[in-house]
Amino acid sequence: MGLIEGHLDVGAPEGVPIWDIDPYATDVLENPIEFYREMRAKGPFVYIPRYAILACARYAQTKEVFSDHERFVSSRGVGLVDFKQTTPWRPPSIILEVDPPEHTRVRRIMAKTLSPKVMREQASLLQSIADQMVAEVVAMGEIDGVADLAERYPTTVFPRILGLKKSNGRHLLDYGAMVFDAVGPDNEIRRASLSKGEDVVPWIMKQCERDNLIEGGLGAGIYTYADSGDISEKEAGLLVRSLLSAGVDTTVTGIGSLLYCLAENPEQFELLKDNPKLARSAFEEVLRYTAPVHSFFRTSAGDTEVSGIKIQENTKILCMLGAANRDEDHWPNADKYDVTRDVQGHLGMGAGIHGCVGQNLARAEVSAVLTAILAQVDKIEFTGTAKWRPGNSIRALASLPIKLTKKEA
Amino acid sequence: MVNIRITNTNGTEQSIESKAGMSLMEALRGANIDGIVAECGGSMSCATCHVVVDTDWLTATGEISDMEDDMLDCTATDRDPGSRLSCQIELSEALDGLQISIPDNQF
Repeated sequence: MGLIEGHLDVGAPEGVPIWDIDPYATDVLENPIEFYREMRAKGPFVYIPRYAILACARYAQTKEVFSDHERFVSSRGVGLVDFKQTTPWRPPSIILEVDPPEHTRVRRIMAKTLSPKVMREQASLLQSIADQMVAEVVAMGEIDGVADLAERYPTTVFPRILGLKKSNGRHLLDYGAMVFDAVGPDNEIRRASLSKGEDVVPWIMKQCERDNLIEGGLGAGIYTYADSGDISEKEAGLLVRSLLSAGVDTTVTGIGSLLYCLAENPEQFELLKDNPKLARSAFEEVLRYTAPVHSFFRTSAGDTEVSGIKIQENTKILCMLGAANRDEDHWPNADKYDVTRDVQGHLGMGAGIHGCVGQNLARAEVSAVLTAILAQVDKIEFTGTAKWRPGNSIRALASLPIKLTKKEA
Repeated sequence: MVNIRITNTNGTEQSIESKAGMSLMEALRGANIDGIVAECGGSMSCATCHVVVDTDWLTATGEISDMEDDMLDCTATDRDPGSRLSCQIELSEALDGLQISIPDNQF
């Protein structure tokens, strides 16, 4: 059995349609909605020979595969490369790319680090920076929603909350892109992101060291678990690395996509202005509708069966979170951004034990920005065409030309 | 049916009828009980479905896992001896008459 993209080629299971498509082609990544629809229509699973993978796009199977950590493991990588067969590009994450019981030991520490209690303590800082930054972009009027707000806010607040002594927004963004693009095949996108590594990786690893973290920040807080013997010094560094890997690009994407949804759906923005209490669920609906992380893999730990399909051990399964979030069988009017929808159960933050551990921080950041917008902005309009940035696992905007109209006092 | 008696954040009381087999979180959300956020959908990732169970009922709601125990240590409203994550309580006939209150804040 040969290796394709670093994993075993186990072939197509019986009864699964074979689809000759490249899910990582630039035009698919830039405009995935039709691709999602086609994949869902083909069946509960499809086999993609180009990468020798199984893929699922319907809600039921995607949720099942993605959240059943016993049958579908993460320890063999959440990308195309099977860590059991091929050495990954960096030492694996000790929280994302690991199974219980090791996962549980570490997850507990991260859950405490990023808890609702901690976010409550950070709420006034998050809000004051959001208020100020939104006031600045409102004064500018016409902005690039990505560079001027979506990137600027997280790269300002995140290093402060973490307590990085030195910050470099560009390095943080580039490292995030490396991590998320590395999940995909050895394509132009992955190579371009990884080529930045020479400068970025040593810088990131340096900032993860105890001496480069400010007392009282979340990063230094993780090292207190090394002091108490719950984790090793090296593990503490790797957990800070996890925060830096997953904490920036994702929230940047979330804020950019929120602005996009509000500009695209002015009547929903009006609804929100009338009822700011809907702000939290308006962001959940952004996560469903745009799925910042569009897909991740699982690997089958043994022979198993899902919806009558026999899946062999060693199968890489591409879970199309973005497609599951648009499945009409689960979400009526799935292609409509609707802030009043009961959106619970979306896969925008994953599901199961590997569900995004930083989700409370992401929500706290985006809520602060949205609260500031609802207080200060009357209208959000496109002034040009929004451009999506093709990414191997993140679907983010590259640029978003919009005009913000100030709300009269 | 499982009857649940709820003290809301504003002090008012109400009761709802739910089916055995679903989680308490699902029952509370299904009944639109204010103050149950439950953004992660039951993955024990967000700790925003916090409830305080009347201590007489605590044993009947079952064991608290290590992970839930950790999450309860850092909820937005400080932990109470009766604190539970409602997504981790499965409703059964044994919980008919369950008395809970909703804490002030979930985030």
